[in-house]
Amino acid sequence: MSILGDFYFFGWLALLAIPAVLLGILEKPIKYYLPIVSIFFIWHAIEDNKTALMYLVGYCLWQMLLIKAYLILNKKFERNAYIYYAALMLSLAPLVIYKLAHFYLGESWLGFLGISYMTFKSVQIIIEIYDRIIKELNVFEFFNFLIFFPAIVSGPIDRSRRFSEDFNNILPREQYLEMVGEGLFKILLGMFYKMVMAASIYQSVVWLGEEDGVKAALIYMYSYGIYLFFDFAGYSLMAVGAAYLFGIKAPDNFNKPFISLDVKEFWDRWHITLSHWLRDFLFSRLMMKAIKGKWFKSKLTMSTVGFMVNMTVMGLWHGLDIYYIIYGVYHGILLSLTEIYQKKSKFHKKHKKETWYKTVSWFITFNLVMFGFFIFSGRLTKILGIV
Amino acid sequence: MEKKILEMIAELCGDEIVLEDGDINLLENDLIDSLDYTDLLVQFEEEFGIVMSPSELTREQMDTPNKIVEQVMARVA
Repeated sequence: MSILGDFYFFGWLALLAIPAVLLGILEKPIKYYLPIVSIFFIWHAIEDNKTALMYLVGYCLWQMLLIKAYLILNKKFERNAYIYYAALMLSLAPLVIYKLAHFYLGESWLGFLGISYMTFKSVQIIIEIYDRIIKELNVFEFFNFLIFFPAIVSGPIDRSRRFSEDFNNILPREQYLEMVGEGLFKILLGMFYKMVMAASIYQSVVWLGEEDGVKAALIYMYSYGIYLFFDFAGYSLMAVGAAYLFGIKAPDNFNKPFISLDVKEFWDRWHITLSHWLRDFLFSRLMMKAIKGKWFKSKLTMSTVGFMVNMTVMGLWHGLDIYYIIYGVYHGILLSLTEIYQKKSKFHKKHKKETWYKTVSWFITFNLVMFGFFIFSGRLTKILGIV
Repeated sequence: MEKKILEMIAELCGDEIVLEDGDINLLENDLIDSLDYTDLLVQFEEEFGIVMSPSELTREQMDTPNKIVEQVMARVA
């Protein structure tokens, strides 16, 4: 079975959602039922690979122990920065080891379905403990958060405090049923995006875009970008919809990315939970350190450094392949240039509200973004012979 | 103190409108970006000695001058 990926899964989902809906209608907690469903799906998704299953269990236990220990240490040593960084590194370690071994050795050490996404969930807790926003860990909530089946494979990346709130909350019947309706709609729309739109556009990627030459490369670039949107946005819609059925209002991941007027806006609309996670936990914190420590004289230099670091990490998180890294750096450069242009250019300030200017901005942004996906696909580096 | 907070926001946004319209949406009107927001949190920390973490509140909870004033006041008190 593939979670959110085959009809077998959706058949089981339809069946296993019934008790949840009944509990919702009776205004009883769904939280004791949800883990059974999560474990059922994870078991069926990776039962053939017992090693991965072991890694998954080991990962969850490791993160739990680490968080428990860090809670005590952070209190005892009053926000000691060294302990904080050590805890962060230990939390990141499984993912880093997995990525390195996978890239350099072709091994799947510590690898299991969803390790990349799960790492975001555990790392943010360490960070918020340091900030003293999180003061205790409820183990039952924590495991449910990590293994929450709709989001386990590819997000959306939720926040622990937000998840716990929904998890413990019992909605009034009408409100819950409204959410179920919305959830079903999202699942159907997601299916349409992924199985109809993405699947048919993919044909264009394969049949028209694979040849040599500029024309095929251009067809590939645009159709791959649009394919990627329908594929991933469709997937995310289904994940969010499935979450709604169990009373969890998982965050949306896409919001019409292709209408963006600049690259900054694009990152508020594309893979939103990833970019906002990085904004809140990497960019903002790095910038706060830079402001306090007066690292840079000009605010523009500071934001440039922030964008470059942020987006390079974003690229690396996708994988260590050169095209992912170039993709990250490319978007770092785009964001920095956008920032410099918008802050410096009188022309921009004068015309930014005019229709023609918006149209031109949209056109440029759309093409820059598409070129980004072209890098992301690995095709550009292949053409250039870098691979 | 409320006035002081509003002045800090106004200076960061570079627009006096913040002082006049406390309910203006800072995000929708392009008055504040991610870096300004971070800057604001640092200023609050240095000025009032309160620690506000960038992930603590959602942007929607901090998108108008009035909301920001309310959140800061709640922490100082």
